[in-house]
Amino acid sequence: MSALAAYWRSAVGKKMVMAVTGLILFAYVFVHMLGNLQLYAGDGGKAINEYAAFLHSTRAAPLLWAARIVLILCVVLHVWAAIVLTIQAWGARPVRYAKRVYREVGYAARTMVWSGPIIGAFIVYHILHLTCGSAGLPFQELRAYENVVNGFTLWYVSAFYIVAVLMLMLHFNHGLWSWFQTLGWSHPAQDRARRCVANLLTAIVVIGDLSFPIAVLAGLIKIPGGVA
Amino acid sequence: MKLDSRIPSGPLEEKWTRRKNGVSLVSPANKKKSTIIVVGTGLAGASAAASLGELGYTVKAFTYHDSARRAHSIAAQGGINAAKNYQNDGDSVYRLFYETLKGGDFRARESNVYRLAEVSNNIIDQCVAQGVPFARDYDGHLANRSFGGAQVSRTFYARGQTGQQLLLGAYSALAKNVGAGTVQMFNRKEMVDVVVIDGRARGIVVRDLVTGELETHAGEAVLLCTGGYSNVFYLSTNAKNCNVSANWRAYKRGAGFANPCYTQIHPTCIPVAGDYQSKLTLMSESLRNDGRVWVPIRAGDNRSPDQIPVAERDYYLERIYPSYGNLAPRDISSRAAKRMCDEGRGVGPGGRGVFLDLGDSIKRLGKNVIEERYGNLIEMYERITGEDPYSVPMRIYPAVHYTMGGLWVDYDLMSSLPGLFVLGEANFSDHGANRLGASALMQGLADGYFVIPTTIGDYIANSKLPKVTVDRPEFTEARQSSAAFVQKLLAVKGHRSVDSFHKALGLILWEHCGMGRTKESLTTAIQKVRALRDEFWADVRVTGDAADLNQELEKAARVADYFEMGEVMCRDALLREESCGGHFREEHQTEDGEAKRDDENFCHAAVWEYAGPGKEAIRNVEPLAFEVVHLAQRSYK
Amino acid sequence: MKLTLHIWRQKARSNKGGFQLYTLADVSEHMSFLEMLDVLNEELVVKGEEPVHFEHDCREGICGCCGAVVNGEPHGPKSGTTLCQLHMRHFHDNDEIWIEPFRSKAFPILKDLIVDRGAFDRIIQVGGFIAVRTGSAPDANGITVSKESSDLAMDAAECIGCGACVASCPNGSASLFVSAKLSHLGLLPQGQPERLKRALAMIRTAEAEGFGYCSNYGECEAVCPKRIGIHHIARANCDFHKASFMVYQGTGGKAAVG
Repeated sequence: MSALAAYWRSAVGKKMVMAVTGLILFAYVFVHMLGNLQLYAGDGGKAINEYAAFLHSTRAAPLLWAARIVLILCVVLHVWAAIVLTIQAWGARPVRYAKRVYREVGYAARTMVWSGPIIGAFIVYHILHLTCGSAGLPFQELRAYENVVNGFTLWYVSAFYIVAVLMLMLHFNHGLWSWFQTLGWSHPAQDRARRCVANLLTAIVVIGDLSFPIAVLAGLIKIPGGVA
Repeated sequence: MKLDSRIPSGPLEEKWTRRKNGVSLVSPANKKKSTIIVVGTGLAGASAAASLGELGYTVKAFTYHDSARRAHSIAAQGGINAAKNYQNDGDSVYRLFYETLKGGDFRARESNVYRLAEVSNNIIDQCVAQGVPFARDYDGHLANRSFGGAQVSRTFYARGQTGQQLLLGAYSALAKNVGAGTVQMFNRKEMVDVVVIDGRARGIVVRDLVTGELETHAGEAVLLCTGGYSNVFYLSTNAKNCNVSANWRAYKRGAGFANPCYTQIHPTCIPVAGDYQSKLTLMSESLRNDGRVWVPIRAGDNRSPDQIPVAERDYYLERIYPSYGNLAPRDISSRAAKRMCDEGRGVGPGGRGVFLDLGDSIKRLGKNVIEERYGNLIEMYERITGEDPYSVPMRIYPAVHYTMGGLWVDYDLMSSLPGLFVLGEANFSDHGANRLGASALMQGLADGYFVIPTTIGDYIANSKLPKVTVDRPEFTEARQSSAAFVQKLLAVKGHRSVDSFHKALGLILWEHCGMGRTKESLTTAIQKVRALRDEFWADVRVTGDAADLNQELEKAARVADYFEMGEVMCRDALLREESCGGHFREEHQTEDGEAKRDDENFCHAAVWEYAGPGKEAIRNVEPLAFEVVHLAQRSYK
Repeated sequence: MKLTLHIWRQKARSNKGGFQLYTLADVSEHMSFLEMLDVLNEELVVKGEEPVHFEHDCREGICGCCGAVVNGEPHGPKSGTTLCQLHMRHFHDNDEIWIEPFRSKAFPILKDLIVDRGAFDRIIQVGGFIAVRTGSAPDANGITVSKESSDLAMDAAECIGCGACVASCPNGSASLFVSAKLSHLGLLPQGQPERLKRALAMIRTAEAEGFGYCSNYGECEAVCPKRIGIHHIARANCDFHKASFMVYQGTGGKAAVG
């Protein structure tokens, strides 16, 4: 136990916690995106609504809650570690430079501290909108398809969503690449491979997620017979 | 001055073994009670401090740097010699010994040089075990390269940064001991005096370079591992902070200074570019493995090098020294370059330069191979000059690089002041009148890892050393005189900067006591140095306070010592009426311009003794006896 | 060329510092950056003012003494070089140059541009070595090392300990410095016995010294005068993970490492 405590106390340990929780959260977003691809089934939402019903059925409830607990735990640990580390980093340079030029630090890496909280805020809003139905937007219990379409038809809902996904893109891109680095998979000969894997995974999620509001706004996904 | 070299009896190859078997040992309990003060933490100092700490002595190590890792040993590029004979090309301890002695123009002690060759193999073992990443062949074994003055491949190297890797090895051993508490490390403290009690070195005074405070430390023995004095010339390849002060203050306390005129001019440095130049940069001699040195045949040929056809080039080293060619020893190559430039065939701005051309090797081996071997050197050259050596030949010119002279030591590395030991470049012992490439690293580590741990015990065990503390009046006196010296410098409040004096001194010495020396030039030099020294004490401006981090004050104290040391160097050169190795008296040369020794009258080390303020130093002599080697005219043709 | 310099002046560690303005006429493009400062200092000394203090020694890019942040970049605008090897040909007439010390909580300023990098020594002292008693080494060729490992180790071993990695890192992390030493020793067979213990001790000490953590920005790699890669940091992380749970810490509890 003391080894685990010492590990958590160390920055590298906390980075590892961020890496592992980050990967779980990424995996969730990935699966979530795959599930949402059912919006394209062309069946007026039958498939995705059945999928939603299944997830909310008593049979799947333990699984759902287990997943929710894991995810909440991951978010808590991820944010906690991030806050502690950020404070540590700020403390490491008490006097700022008068001039500063970055050669390598990319936009994604530099904005992790901002993309994180923005994504956090979005997640809260996203859950209120599509899980709890208490975001003040049209909502019907277990009618996922209709809720999505009705929401994204409003341009500002789509816009916020798109901004959040773009933030997610930045966050994932640096996060996934960092993941290799923190876990320790690294060799000069594989630098490019790591970069490619990070870019590819990010691209898949982002393209998938961005496609939903665009498809709704473009009328590719619509409710048969108009607004329900 | 009594100069007892204490060379063990017996055949040459058994001397060191006999010495090791004969030394008195110190019990573990007494080791703990004995404090050894190590000044300087380069190769010699760090390896000595680490080894002595490991043995159980109480060790205090001092450096003026912020870390032991900064010592100038770090800048050695090419490699380190050892008689491993891994290449099966006929190398042996005897051969390494003989070539080192011959390279030094027979002006070193046989016994010391033989011991150096003998322990060279242990050094490589030690360093590899420490994790020094020497270059390796594809089969995983150690690689070797050739170096000047040798016909076998015995040089071990780590890219162009061998000194760095060896120093980091010694530094890591030192750090381990500091971590374990067996060595106490003092950074940013410069030694300013040696404290002598009852005729023995018993401590030092150091100046804390951050606070300016003068501190005293007492011990049973003092080791000076403080490097050479090339910077007396201002422009040299030495780091800016390298200085002679620790050695000079020890000299003034009774340690003899041997052969100050033996200075080495390295043939392959980047030529001077302007009068703002602060130091010179060496291009490793290893480049001569694959580079060909040439100048145009016709004087005043200003064409760019690619416009000069091969037939109009003079590959003068290959022409004059066909058997060693571009790998002729340093002193010989340097003087040859000077002769070419004196004939008006020099290249580059001011005509003080010759070409070092990698072109043929690039054609033969491909750019990749050359890049792998010398990439970092080539990059460094490109950075400094703005020219690309892959397409334009490099320009090189000799520069002061190393000083073979130093404090006199006996076989046990003890100076003429009992209790004061001198290691590495700071002593005079192993290189005679000229040092071969890749031998400085070898000597520093041999002294620190393998010689001093054996010999210091003998001194501690056989000397009656009553415990002394820094409360003794000798410590107070030394601290006060150091403080007075600092105040004297600050009090001048003149108009000229320390650097301007140092540059002027360097110019005098380079011109009159550099690559070629004459009776006339040396006499002039002595007069000029004296006049400039008087001007220094009348007109130098040292800004800032004594109780502060004050780089001007640090420099001023060192330059003050250079004035005194420079004069003794010129007098040594004046009185040595022969040419040998790096000391070239133009009056004494063979018909084809090579150094001509006078073994009858000068087969000795000249050891200078301090006679008191304002008095001329006294020249003493330690005759060199050659029992095994036959003294020959050095030939590399 | 003519230059305007804004240089950080600070009398001592406990004093407050600030920028001071200087102008220099007639700077040659062949000068090194430090030689340019020499010229300025010569002018200051003749005027009786205290010169700008900066750390320097070998002036050939290997001792690791020199370093300052020039116009926002440690060691200045040219990559793969130390400040002493930066030449004025990379600047232009009438340029304005900001020169400030490496800034890090773990590198307190001693005077002007001189900082105390003693923390690096203390990190090495807890494990940056292969423990071998003088004289106890086996024959050097008795240990074979593949050329690939040896070359990779040498890449890492080239670190000069200048601290530019720390100065450049937005988090003030020393991860590149620490990992370079861990890779150098950890890639060689000689370094295996102490490998995990070494990683644990050095990384923990770096943190205790007040350095930040690694966010994988890669800025250190970009400014490193020896171009040491951040893949070494990944290797160090890996060793640290293993070490945290696999180093036998004795039956007495926690503090058996270091």
